[in-house]
Amino acid sequence: MNTYVLLKRTFDTEETIQLSNGKINEEGAEFIINPYDEYAVEEAIQVRDVQGGEVTVVSVGNEEAEKQLRTALAMGADQAVLINSEEDIENGDQYTTAKIIAEYLKDKAADLIIAGNVAIDSGSGQVGPRVAEMLGIPAITTITNLEIDGSRVTVVRDIEGDSETIEASLPLLVTAQQGLNEPRYPSLPGIMKAKKKPLEELELDDIDLDEDDIEPKTKTIEVFLPPKKEAGKVLTGEMNEQVSELVQLLRSEAKVI
Amino acid sequence: MSRKILVLGEVRDGSLRNVSFEAMGAAKLAAGSGEVVGVLIGDAVQSLGNELIHYGADRVVTVEDKQLKHYTSDSFSQALLAVIDQENPAGIILGHTALGKDLAPRIASKLSSGLISDATAVEEAGGHLVFTRPIYSGKAFEKKVITDGLIFATVRPNNIAALEKDESRTGEISSLSVEIKDVRTIIKDVVRKATEGVDLSEAKVIVAGGRGVKGKEGFEPLKELAKVLGGAVGASRGACDADYCDYSLQIGQTGKVVTPDLYIACGISGAIQHLAGMSNSKVIVAINKDPEASIFQVADYGIVGDLFEVVPLLIEEFAAVKQ
Repeated sequence: MNTYVLLKRTFDTEETIQLSNGKINEEGAEFIINPYDEYAVEEAIQVRDVQGGEVTVVSVGNEEAEKQLRTALAMGADQAVLINSEEDIENGDQYTTAKIIAEYLKDKAADLIIAGNVAIDSGSGQVGPRVAEMLGIPAITTITNLEIDGSRVTVVRDIEGDSETIEASLPLLVTAQQGLNEPRYPSLPGIMKAKKKPLEELELDDIDLDEDDIEPKTKTIEVFLPPKKEAGKVLTGEMNEQVSELVQLLRSEAKVI
Repeated sequence: MSRKILVLGEVRDGSLRNVSFEAMGAAKLAAGSGEVVGVLIGDAVQSLGNELIHYGADRVVTVEDKQLKHYTSDSFSQALLAVIDQENPAGIILGHTALGKDLAPRIASKLSSGLISDATAVEEAGGHLVFTRPIYSGKAFEKKVITDGLIFATVRPNNIAALEKDESRTGEISSLSVEIKDVRTIIKDVVRKATEGVDLSEAKVIVAGGRGVKGKEGFEPLKELAKVLGGAVGASRGACDADYCDYSLQIGQTGKVVTPDLYIACGISGAIQHLAGMSNSKVIVAINKDPEASIFQVADYGIVGDLFEVVPLLIEEFAAVKQ
């Protein structure tokens, strides 16, 4: 079983966002593996432990992402690939990323590709399905369970709280939803081993792509912060009076009831 | 500006979803003086055509096939691509729902087009259609334009105004026959877990519980309050991690990002990760024992008190007001 995981390095969920010169200020921020990609890494490791084969974790980004790839290796992935696009593209979009990944994967004979269903920074959820389409393989998004029997795959897909059981066959791309598994923490021996595991760094040239092939199809023209929410009114008095006042305020002042 | 825009009307339990009418609102603006064409895909959807027209479509194209009874990426892609092929539109707009999130990137990739996901606003500026969308789960926003391909967007529920329903509007409803074949994923079973009818991402009112709810049973009064208000129940990561409720209810940077008219946070402290998922709600009410809880920093109205005392009183009061 040849399993690939698509991984993105993102801001820690506990970080607040600040702008400088109209861009997100990354200085001093903590970075993590995108939480949904962490489920993907865990699932790939569990699949390999039963089915055999290797887990390769792939990331598109700059060299900083090496840290998150090492974490995935420490969790138990076998090898990692960092496609360093920094020098070639400044404002790539989801098309750009998907194209790079698909180009890399096209001759790898991947049986199973697992990605997070969405990245918590750009939040579009496009890369997984786009990659599958480019590779000509089926994709199932937001899965919460995965079972493999030979080349037959049964997944449970979360659809806004309902769940659907779907059958498909390999090769297949799936995207991970929360609830798929409990990602493990890297163990100390895992961290030691990870240092020796292969981490290949590629440039676009290495996968026969040039800038024109990955020209983004959308453009961000402005980034801004939402207006800061002012702390509102904390009610006082007897509890039943507070509750009556609240209901009145919601009806007459806020007009939401 | 004059552009032909397609809007996919999403059908759930035999009815059109509200987000489809909101997509229609966005499409009207995108179309300018051009035509808005509603698209309906399913096994029996013809009868919903007029409703799409009442909400702003100039005409409707339907694709019906028994293989389209349940959504699969392959079958719906084939149907929608056939409509795109026939209509040759300048743009496509649909809801950022489970279906939209799955289908739109597939179609965008197939057509080698850009796609703007999860738009919360749309405006025309300098000959371009500019979409606003949240990034970092609403901690920031970006304005985006499509530079190559179709004007293609999914819109977040509850953000873009639908047009007023006008039952006097009429339009042509035509059907397109599409041969659905080679569907590579087969649906074996669908289990309904979502709470009675109201979907979290589309709910106008959300009652959410945190660690302060203390256990599975603690969610009961919250469910009752949600029911009285016709809303949905949500939860913080703390409550989900403690196994008080299913992960599908989680609101936050991991989990769902919601923007209801009214968000009632019960026993939720207000960690950054949770605030990212709900702080753009129109009105926020916080109920917490701890007056220092950070949820009060974003709440429009706060009650410092025990949720197990406050929530039952609220249920009574709202029930009285509703009558």
